[in-house]
Amino acid sequence: MTVDERFPRDLKAADDNEPIGTRNEIITGPVSDWSTDFSHLEAEWSADPYPIQDDLRQRCPIAHTSRFGGGWLPTRWDDIAAIAYDTERFSSRSIIMGNFRPPRKIAPIGGTPPISSDPPFHHDARKLLLPAFTKTQVTRQESTTRAFCHSLIDAFEGQDVVDAAHDYAQHIPVRVIADMLGFPSEDGPQFREFVENALEGINLLPDERIARMSKLFGYLLAQVHDHLDNPRDDLTTYLINAELYGNKLEASHVVGTMALVLIAGIDTTWSAIGASLWHLARTPADRERLVAKKGMLATAMEEFLRAYAPVTMARLVKDDMHWHGVDMKADDWILLSFPAANRDPTQFDRADEVVIDREVNRHAAFGLGIHRCVGSHLARMELRVALEVWLGRIPDFSLADPAAVTWSTGQIRGPRALPLRIR
Amino acid sequence: MKVRIDSARCQGHGRCYDLVPDLFGDDNEGYGTVLGDGAVPPDKEREARLAVANCPERAIEVVGENAEGDLT
Repeated sequence: MTVDERFPRDLKAADDNEPIGTRNEIITGPVSDWSTDFSHLEAEWSADPYPIQDDLRQRCPIAHTSRFGGGWLPTRWDDIAAIAYDTERFSSRSIIMGNFRPPRKIAPIGGTPPISSDPPFHHDARKLLLPAFTKTQVTRQESTTRAFCHSLIDAFEGQDVVDAAHDYAQHIPVRVIADMLGFPSEDGPQFREFVENALEGINLLPDERIARMSKLFGYLLAQVHDHLDNPRDDLTTYLINAELYGNKLEASHVVGTMALVLIAGIDTTWSAIGASLWHLARTPADRERLVAKKGMLATAMEEFLRAYAPVTMARLVKDDMHWHGVDMKADDWILLSFPAANRDPTQFDRADEVVIDREVNRHAAFGLGIHRCVGSHLARMELRVALEVWLGRIPDFSLADPAAVTWSTGQIRGPRALPLRIR
Repeated sequence: MKVRIDSARCQGHGRCYDLVPDLFGDDNEGYGTVLGDGAVPPDKEREARLAVANCPERAIEVVGENAEGDLT
């Protein structure tokens, strides 16, 4: 057994120096007015957030809520971009808007670096990760991803209706991320639970939420120990050995980054693949065009990313200030909706339409500024391969039951049940 | 016509080297680079403008002759 004193054997020891944050009253229930009481956790938002965002963009355009201890929802491209670029006034120390704010002293590192980090630490933590996620590096995973997509479709043999979210889209990033981190592929089903707990368990009571997150960190710690005993060529071993400022990374940094890659790498790409298939299933003209003209996938994919951008981020306001017409208080949330930015008609012609041959598409699905999604090249590879394989194998498909389609709740949006008729 | 990348703005989205690999490449952290001296052959001018128009960070600029053309 290899001993590395940074990593305790069990989570209890690791938890002892966990800093205390602040919690607010949990408020749930239907939204009375989206401009003064918004909530991204209510059913109306998950089912179809775009009409709400379009309405707010015209009449508000920065909505407020007293839920989650107070927060703001800008809906115009310019405001969203300005916040993404302004890391002086908006902190990333928590990027999941909920009922808990971590203490200020965890900045500039945060719990899951580098997504939770602010400058100047952010740059150095991000630099460690970038080489593993370049287009050249992720191309090495393309052939195994393609073979895996084919195996998922092989398993549809004999079925007329399949769940494209549950039985296809979901499995692709789970496998890719497990391979990257060097986790056993049979642990995949657990990852789905971790992801749901982190991203969708927002309004659970604090003790339940902590208990669920502990399962994730317990699992990651066990993986660290397995990698200490059996080092291999993967991201986990890389992070264990990586150095910053002449020292190996803190245990919390290693495990936090592993959590980030696991959580952010799965729900997001799963959502993008699912939303693209959902669109094609309900839009036969686009599906037929894409099947006939395979080269159009390059623009179609970017258009799906624009129109159905899966990821909304969050920030915390650093200090009280008057900003773009509203009075923000220190520690107010910002719900940073890249999906809303991507449908702003001042930025895009026919912003509310899906135009699969859109040539100029300067969308923000992967964010803007220093926090550009570090996995964007991986996500694009997975999305392209998933759609190429599906369209090649199943050119003709439709929604089996539109009412049975369900969408995830929270900051990552995509179909979670998507029954498609495939023959 | 020449293309240039403002490295202070580039965040490595990679739209330029996805769209026009003849003109753009990436470094070992995924940031965009201009191949050679950035000179754009006449038959690549439209593609160069396409890369400019798709950069989410507006980090690419074209300079010199024909720099003012549009995509049509």
